[in-house]
Amino acid sequence: MSSGHEAREANAPSVIPFGPQHPVLPEPLHFDLLLQDEKVVGAVPQIGYIHRGLELLVEKRDYADYVHVAERICGICSFMHGMGYCEAVEGLLGVAVPDRARFLRTFWCELERAHSHLMWMGLAADAFGFESLFMATWRARELIIDVAEETAGGRVIFGSAIVGGVSKDPSDETLMRCMEALKPARDDIKKLSRVMLQDATVRHRLEGVGVISKEKAYELGAVGPMLRASGYDFDIRRRGYAAYGEVGFETALETAGDCMARAAIRIKEIEQSFSIMEQVVAKMPAGPVSLPIKGMPPVGECFARLEQPRGEVIYYVKSNGSRNLERFRVRTPTFANVPAMVEAMRGASLADVPTIILTIDPCISCTER
Amino acid sequence: MSSIERSPWLIHYDASSCNGCDIEVLACLTPVYDAERFGCIVTGDPKQADIFLVTGSVNHLNAPILKNIYDQMPEPKAVVAIGACAYSGGVFAECYNVAGGVATTIPVDVYVPGCAAKPESILDGVVRAAMILKEKEKAGRKARALARKEGRRSPKRRAGGAT
Repeated sequence: MSSGHEAREANAPSVIPFGPQHPVLPEPLHFDLLLQDEKVVGAVPQIGYIHRGLELLVEKRDYADYVHVAERICGICSFMHGMGYCEAVEGLLGVAVPDRARFLRTFWCELERAHSHLMWMGLAADAFGFESLFMATWRARELIIDVAEETAGGRVIFGSAIVGGVSKDPSDETLMRCMEALKPARDDIKKLSRVMLQDATVRHRLEGVGVISKEKAYELGAVGPMLRASGYDFDIRRRGYAAYGEVGFETALETAGDCMARAAIRIKEIEQSFSIMEQVVAKMPAGPVSLPIKGMPPVGECFARLEQPRGEVIYYVKSNGSRNLERFRVRTPTFANVPAMVEAMRGASLADVPTIILTIDPCISCTER
Repeated sequence: MSSIERSPWLIHYDASSCNGCDIEVLACLTPVYDAERFGCIVTGDPKQADIFLVTGSVNHLNAPILKNIYDQMPEPKAVVAIGACAYSGGVFAECYNVAGGVATTIPVDVYVPGCAAKPESILDGVVRAAMILKEKEKAGRKARALARKEGRRSPKRRAGGAT
């Protein structure tokens, strides 16, 4: 063996497997990290550990019963998945849900966004070794979960979306009381956000790490906080589905495109969610919360787009006029964000990999379905 | 009370759950539910874990990983299957990529009901698993004492797989 050959061997990148069972990941995700010394030169993601194949289940379930399967695409944005499916089917049926249902849907969407972002903040803190911040954010999150349980009936799987409206109708007094009950959580979150954004150790771990430029983020098809953190103004809520057209909010934007910017976007959006919830409760119209739906969906297809905590999600349904839909398809935000995440990892050091993975807020369960 | 019952270390693996049960498992570890008051600590290392928390159902890709983690855990060990999916596949039982519950791959000691399982019931499952650990440890000690008496080589205490 020539010495030149040996030298090439020594310079070849070493492959470090990351996952599927890894302390930083609550869900199984596998990466083959190609390392040159401490620097990541490439990452090959492998998914499929939690693929269930629930899109095909739409052929076996009644279209109205499928909502509870759609809710279980992911346990974190469960209400939005159920609601997105319902919006697509309602589009097929050509019905408009009652006003009160639209407002209640917006309320639960924002409740879910707040708890999802807080959950992310805790997990990210855990990923860079700030355990007390993890514990404190999850304590604040429990107050939000209590409101979910009181208004919708479920802690993580709300179970309140149905085709034609919503199945639960919390009274206006209950909603007011819930907003009161959320006040301590809001105060806690303000304090915790200061730690997350200003603490020297956190900034050291997040600033300048995993940078994605505005052009690159757009080119790679990133969505949600990943895109907004790079300075691209894109928020599906601006299209005004549900009651978003009737509430005022500013799209959170950052320009740095690093892990810190993504954290800052989510922290801004938690406060934004509370403000939207306040407006929704103040403007809550009276009336029924659901329409009786009769008959089968007509032959045709329909799209629905929502803004989930992780970004834009697209639902597609196709009906053949029978009780069972012919096709159901979801394009989830994490799937759209994976190419940008792999790009962000390139050139990062091995120790930053968990932080970068966490700041895209991956939801593997949505991605693999 | 044996020491293992007072300080069981937990390991969590998401087989193919929807995340609902996973975030409830995490909620159990945080202040409101606080599993640490039972002496539990979460570890990422199977070789230090006593109780295996599994959420979700089994498919052909994750079954070897599940088996691998289980085999690496030292005896005595207990498995808690959390949620409807871990029992039978739950709402996904009819999906093409769901092979069934956790029991099709590894032996399960405690089933926690719910979809998603509530933190209270997960805590109950962990406490029951700790009690089962104690029983298993006692049985193991008896078997070793008997083996010594009969002059056989005692069964391995810390085994990678076989007892």
